[in-house]
Amino acid sequence: MAKRVLVKGNEAVAMGAIAAGCRYYFGYPITPQNEIPEYMSAHLPEVGGVFLQAESEIASINMLLGAAATGARVMTSSSSPGISLKQEGISYLCGSEIPGVIVNMSRSGPGLGGIHPSQGDYFQATRGGGHGDYRTLVLAPSTAQENYDLTMLAFDLADKYRNPVMILGDALLGGIKEPVKLTPYKKQPPAKDWALTGCEGRGQRILKSLYLSEGELTKQNWKLWKKYQAMAKEVRYELYRAEDAKLILVAFGSVGRILKTTVDILRDKGRQVGLLRPVTLYPFPAKAVREAAVRCGRLMVLELNTGQMVEDVRLAADCQAPVDFYGRPPGSIPTPDELAMEVDKVWRKTAGKGGAK
Amino acid sequence: MTRSANPMYFDTIIAGFGGQGVMLMGNMLAYAAMEAGKQVTYMPVYGVEMRGGTANCTVVISDRPVGSPIVHEPMCAVVLNRPSAERFGPRVRKNGLLLVNASLIAKDQVSTRAKRVYHVPSLELATEAGNPRLGNMVMLGALAQLSGLLTVEQVVKSLPKALDTRYHKLIPANSAALRLGARFVSPGS
Repeated sequence: MAKRVLVKGNEAVAMGAIAAGCRYYFGYPITPQNEIPEYMSAHLPEVGGVFLQAESEIASINMLLGAAATGARVMTSSSSPGISLKQEGISYLCGSEIPGVIVNMSRSGPGLGGIHPSQGDYFQATRGGGHGDYRTLVLAPSTAQENYDLTMLAFDLADKYRNPVMILGDALLGGIKEPVKLTPYKKQPPAKDWALTGCEGRGQRILKSLYLSEGELTKQNWKLWKKYQAMAKEVRYELYRAEDAKLILVAFGSVGRILKTTVDILRDKGRQVGLLRPVTLYPFPAKAVREAAVRCGRLMVLELNTGQMVEDVRLAADCQAPVDFYGRPPGSIPTPDELAMEVDKVWRKTAGKGGAK
Repeated sequence: MTRSANPMYFDTIIAGFGGQGVMLMGNMLAYAAMEAGKQVTYMPVYGVEMRGGTANCTVVISDRPVGSPIVHEPMCAVVLNRPSAERFGPRVRKNGLLLVNASLIAKDQVSTRAKRVYHVPSLELATEAGNPRLGNMVMLGALAQLSGLLTVEQVVKSLPKALDTRYHKLIPANSAALRLGARFVSPGS
């Protein structure tokens, strides 16, 4: 059995990255994710890798672009305001089809905001975030173990699609300590026949995002579109006590895990509630949400923002069920009992009226 | 699994001034729980101060994966200073447990609905263990003993892993403080 270690969520991300073969890290400090660069600075040199604290977030994302263009597995991490600064580079990564892993242990905003947990970056993460018509794959862990596992997965997906992958956590998931099973990485990273490795003895390779010839950019955008369509098969989500539920809650990340306790509290009171927790935010588990809407007849979205993912849930539910919403801005973390009260309000409004069609 | 129906579920909030060793207590409890094969989550909450500010952490221990790392009404609270006693004392569940640092908090300063309240003279016991700064270990020993989840010896065993190597020379005194705390709240002592 793999060893269990007690580590901070941020450290689990860094451990997963090194295990998956990440050998280059570029970043710039910001709370609440500093244990990631701290861990990388201590442990990357041990495996022959390079840790570099750049002069800014913009520099670090562009260093990631440069290193990843040579075929290496590369990561950067930051938190909300720093991630905003990286958006230009993320757009270039997508345009040039260069893989990389970007971690956002998000904090509260807008602006400098504060260091509290928040889910206010959902739109930014799932809609691309920078300029141009592109998408990044977005993974939303909810435990330290998932921080480790999904970071490994992020590197595989990035290489598979030649696209940046974002890990969207928050201050809570970066700061908690939990046992993490250090499952070894056993895959062989794919050969990269596009990487810039020096062209002696072979043809030239070009990575670029500037397409000026007639029709060239249109063609490139359709190519990217096809890729984003293909990503749909990467959908991942978790169902919790949802089989017989008459009200299904939808939440991701830290709120998603807090709600498991909320579901338990409400089940104790005889309320048939369950949970659907999207693990991939892009691609969004739209089919699973629609099935839940049809099967159970009532959904409720809960977020640590004033309403972002709820738009995707309403689109996915496709009017098959009413979708209630509870959101709150950053400042405090909702307790499972507080959330139970909010869910119970919806339950009492609709109890007996919902149920399977 | 529901909290009430779960045969093995325990949560606690540990609170005090920054510098009193609240985070180390939570870390060691979490570490000992992990070594005992449990699921556990440790969540720190602190201000920007290294010392002097208030700090607290929540530890949730269970046989099953931990849902919420945050708890409003804990089964147990350990309060090391008066502001923490005022904030967390009243929140402890009625059938819960409150451990009070009697060296800094008078009995009449504690308001709680918890049925089991222990006033532990942490400073005096720590001094007896050889170092007056080990009050947190006294309280942790008492907590382990009363939790019914772990033995104080399991916590003692976690010391080498939880403490930075530069503090390993202090392990004997820390062990003594843990055991004195446990003994203080043991029945018949």
